[in-house]
Amino acid sequence: MEIFGIPLQAFLGQLLLGLVNGSFYAMLSLGLAVIFGLLGIVNFAHGALYMIGAYAAFVALDRFGINYWFALVIAPVVVGALGVVIERTLLQRLYKIDPIYGLLLTFGLALIAEGVFRYWFDVSGQSYPVPDLLQGSTNLGFMVLPNYRAWVVVASLSVCLGTWFLIERTSLGATLRAGTENPRLVQAFGINVPMMVMLTYGAGCALAALAGVLAAPVIQITPLMGSNLIIVVFAVVVIGGMGSILGSILTGVALGLVEGLTKVFYPEASNIVVFVIMAIVLVVRPAGLFGKEK
Amino acid sequence: MSAQTPAVDPTRRIARAALWVGLAILLAAPFIGLYPIFMMTALCFAIFACAFNLLLGFTGLLSFGHAAYFGAAAYATGWLVRSAGWPPEVGVLAGTIVAGACGLAVGLIAIRRQGIYFAMITLAMAQMIYFVFLQAPFTGGEDGLQGVPRGKLFGILSLADDRVMYYVVLAVFLAVFLFIIRIVHSPFGQVLKAIRENEPRAISLGYDVDRYKLLAFVLSTALAGLAGSIKVLAVGFATLTDAHWGQSGEVILMTLLGGLGTFAGPVIGAFTIIGLQNFLADQVGSWINVIIGLIFVVCVVAFRRGFVGELLAWLKRRANYTGTRTANEDTAP
Repeated sequence: MEIFGIPLQAFLGQLLLGLVNGSFYAMLSLGLAVIFGLLGIVNFAHGALYMIGAYAAFVALDRFGINYWFALVIAPVVVGALGVVIERTLLQRLYKIDPIYGLLLTFGLALIAEGVFRYWFDVSGQSYPVPDLLQGSTNLGFMVLPNYRAWVVVASLSVCLGTWFLIERTSLGATLRAGTENPRLVQAFGINVPMMVMLTYGAGCALAALAGVLAAPVIQITPLMGSNLIIVVFAVVVIGGMGSILGSILTGVALGLVEGLTKVFYPEASNIVVFVIMAIVLVVRPAGLFGKEK
Repeated sequence: MSAQTPAVDPTRRIARAALWVGLAILLAAPFIGLYPIFMMTALCFAIFACAFNLLLGFTGLLSFGHAAYFGAAAYATGWLVRSAGWPPEVGVLAGTIVAGACGLAVGLIAIRRQGIYFAMITLAMAQMIYFVFLQAPFTGGEDGLQGVPRGKLFGILSLADDRVMYYVVLAVFLAVFLFIIRIVHSPFGQVLKAIRENEPRAISLGYDVDRYKLLAFVLSTALAGLAGSIKVLAVGFATLTDAHWGQSGEVILMTLLGGLGTFAGPVIGAFTIIGLQNFLADQVGSWINVIIGLIFVVCVVAFRRGFVGELLAWLKRRANYTGTRTANEDTAP
């Protein structure tokens, strides 16, 4: 069977790959949006934290024999703790000044992380084995579905929707959203806002690390994997607008799919298609697809 | 303020003296044993940082993708001079125009959002330009564009000698430096500063803010392009590093470290960073990025005014203490 002259299996394979990438875009842009909402900082280090998450899983298995399922918990906890330290020691000094300084500081942190991991692991990639439970693939009749990729999509979308539920549908989320709107008033109600900010940043970083662990078996782990991704995620955030949680999830997944489709029909443009879409969206709807013009 | 006539303001006097000393060092550089290729590279980055500062320091717009224009001009000039055989001055002019045209295209899109989004959009667009260079046939991909000849300036003056080339680079640098001072002090520059200080107010005063921002962006990108074009002639090659986001970060750091919104700051920042890279490259190898990152963090947390900004603030405090009139910060170097 063929679709527009492309074998169906190849077509669906690329689409699935796009969906996998889209899930990572969704998780990362979600974290960026939550952090930006509460801290007013665009976290350039998000890509580096994603990279650290992947390396944490790799080191855990390679040096300590800790398997994938434990890494899925340990890496986000470690990276989240790192995020808390960063927030307490550095970021909290920047809340009262122009947000561009937050971007510059986290950019510096990303450079440091990249440099250190380059020293430890060299630039050549490491690979991480697919866990036993998820090896192999399932034949769906019209395509062969690799189990691990299916798991990545299901797991990351569940995490995204869980985060959405937490923020939009629970009282904890209501407090968080109130903190975004008016932190002083929330503080006056007796809520420890600095603590909330710290934990939110930590949680955002943990989310990036979780994406890193999920990605580890399907990509080459390199020190530079984060920076290349984060710029695309920035474009995703600009397209979706940072105002809406569900919006950033949808935009992330959709752009992953578009990228996958581009790989099928015009591979030369697959690197730049997201940026082209960003330019078009900015011309047509400057606030982003789900954003509100302030 | 006292009724006495402030004959010469001490802050300005010191600043002026420092500028003359700096100029003297630059003029004498080839004769006092400073390595010419290093000096030329540093001067090119000084032009680049001055151009960037026009945008961030004086207009308040953070472009996170300035390397794309630097790189675009380097490739354009390099290709035109090497493969099409154009004379160097025409090649440089063409490179500058190419960078300005890219700047116009990106600027039209990026000015549709403010603040932090502007930074993210310029970064994304620059990454797109980078990928185009990565795949385009004329850039030589990963190898870059090698062996660009310097040729003869205006058909008569051979640039092959490092000293001759150095003085040409120095002349371009001085022209750009004075040009930026002129722009900032012009009515146009005053509007840019008004936008930096309070954009809604500038709008309410009736200025077409978007047009001013776009013009500042195009000027800044064209001058960044000029820096790239001169650099490709001076060192003879253009690579993907020139257009990479890491380079965009470095030019931000140069400007921030030297002093945002000061005239001499970006120059000092450029010499510091290029000097540091040259000096440390043999000793620390890949740790250089870690060091650059650390400087970034320290600058943002504790040193936001940069070298020149801190110096001016110190001189100002001292002047206030002794009761003399102080200079306006913006008119100091």
